[in-house]
Amino acid sequence: MSAWSQLLGCLYKDLLIGWRGRARLIGLGAYALVLLLLFAFAIGADPVALREHAPAYVWLAVLSASTLLLVQSFQQEVEGGALEGLLLLPTDPFALYYGKAIANLLILTLLTLLSFPIAAILYDVSLLGAPLALTGVVVLGCAGLAAPGTLYAALTARTQAQQLLLPVLLFPLVVPPMLAVVRATSLCVAGDPMGQLSSWVGLLGVFDILYWSLGGYLFARLVEE
Amino acid sequence: MKWEAIAGGLGFAVVGVAHAFGLFVAPSEAAMGETGRMLYLHVPTAWAGMGSFLVAFVGAIGVLWTGGKRWDALVESAVEVGIVMSVLLTVQGSLWARPTWGTWWTWDPRLTTTAVMVVAFAGVLVLRHLVHRPERRAMASAVATIASFADVPVVYLSVKWWRSLHQPISNAGTVDTLMLVPFLVACFGMLFVCAALIGSRWRLAMSRLEREDRASDLPDRPVPLSLEGRP
Repeated sequence: MSAWSQLLGCLYKDLLIGWRGRARLIGLGAYALVLLLLFAFAIGADPVALREHAPAYVWLAVLSASTLLLVQSFQQEVEGGALEGLLLLPTDPFALYYGKAIANLLILTLLTLLSFPIAAILYDVSLLGAPLALTGVVVLGCAGLAAPGTLYAALTARTQAQQLLLPVLLFPLVVPPMLAVVRATSLCVAGDPMGQLSSWVGLLGVFDILYWSLGGYLFARLVEE
Repeated sequence: MKWEAIAGGLGFAVVGVAHAFGLFVAPSEAAMGETGRMLYLHVPTAWAGMGSFLVAFVGAIGVLWTGGKRWDALVESAVEVGIVMSVLLTVQGSLWARPTWGTWWTWDPRLTTTAVMVVAFAGVLVLRHLVHRPERRAMASAVATIASFADVPVVYLSVKWWRSLHQPISNAGTVDTLMLVPFLVACFGMLFVCAALIGSRWRLAMSRLEREDRASDLPDRPVPLSLEGRP
C-alpha cells in the first residue's frame, strides 16, 4: 500500500470512529456551549465587552473542548493495543499521524464553525462582514491546534494523569497561534480598516507550517520507542 | 577539582567585577536613571535562560539522533537551569518594573511570552516525572522540549512583532562604552555560571539515570521466599 492510501485509510478509520461515537462529539459541542454561556456569566450583562471579546471566548471554548477530543483520539488506540497492531501491519507512522491530525482538524473545524453562530446569537455579533475570510481563519486556527494537539495526545497517551498533562503541555505551545487566530478573527468580525489581517494570517500560517511539518517526524520517532 | 567548580567560581568573580563597574563606574541610564543598573543583571540572566533552553534543544536533538542517556541528562539539566534563570529573570523584571512602569506585572508581549515559555518548559519536567520507562521518557521529553523551544524565538522577537512596553533590542553603537563593557563582561560571566550549573546538574542526572539502569535489572516485586520442600 502506498503512503497516500495508508493515510486515507487512517483518516477514514478515525472519521468512522468519530461518527460511530457521535454522542461524544455532541457532548463536546455541549461542553463548548456551556463554556460560552459561562463566559457571559463571568463578564456580566455588558453587551459591549461581550461583543468585543466574542472571538476570544469562542477560541477559548474550542481550545478547552479540543483537549477532550484529543485525549479521546488516542485513548481508543492505546486501550486495545490498536496502535501497536497498526504499526506491526506495518502502517507508516507518518500516515497514522497525518490521518489522525486531519481527522481532528475536520472535527475541530466543524465544532468551531458551529460555535460561531451560537456566539453570534449569545453575544450579538455579526458574522456577515467577511464570511469566507472567517472560514479560512477558522481552518488555519484549527490546524494550529490539531497538529501539536495530536502529537501531544500521542506523547501523553500512556502516561498517568493524561487529562492533566495534555493541557499543561499543549496550552503554552499553542499560545502564539491562538493569539494570531483571535486577532485575525476579530478583524474578520469587526472589520479591518488598517489592513492588519494579512500579517496575523501570515503569522498563523508560519506556525501551522512549523507544527504540521515537525509533527509527523516527531510522532514517528515517538512511536518507534 | 571539577571543571564546574572552576567555571562557576570564575563566572561569579567575573559577574561580581562587572557589577561593581556597572554600579559604581558606569554612568546612570539617561531615561531610567539608577534603576537602569538592573540591566547589568537582568539581560545576562535572560541570555543565560535562553542559552540553557538552546542547550536543552540541542540535547533533545541528540536524544532523537542517538537515544543516548548523556543527551537525556543534558535535556533534564538544561531545562531545569533554564527554568531557574527565567524565573529569576521574571523576578528581576518585576523589581525593575515597579519603580519604572508603576506595576509589578503587566500583560506586555515580552512578559507574557516569557511566562508562557517558563510554563511550557515546566511541563517538560512534569512529563519527566510521570513517564517511568527510561527510553520512553527520554523520547517524550525530547519531543516536548523541541516543541516548547518554538516559543524561544517568539520571546526574543516579541518586542519587534508587537507594540510593547518592554525595551526593544538595543544597538551596541548607541550605548556608552563605560556601560557596554561591564554589560558584556557580565553576560560573559553569567554564561560561565550557567555552564557550571548545567554541568553539575548533568552529573547528578547521569548518576540517577545510571542508578535507574542498574535497578531495572531487578524484578518489579521482591520474589516471595518459599520454605516448602526444604529439609
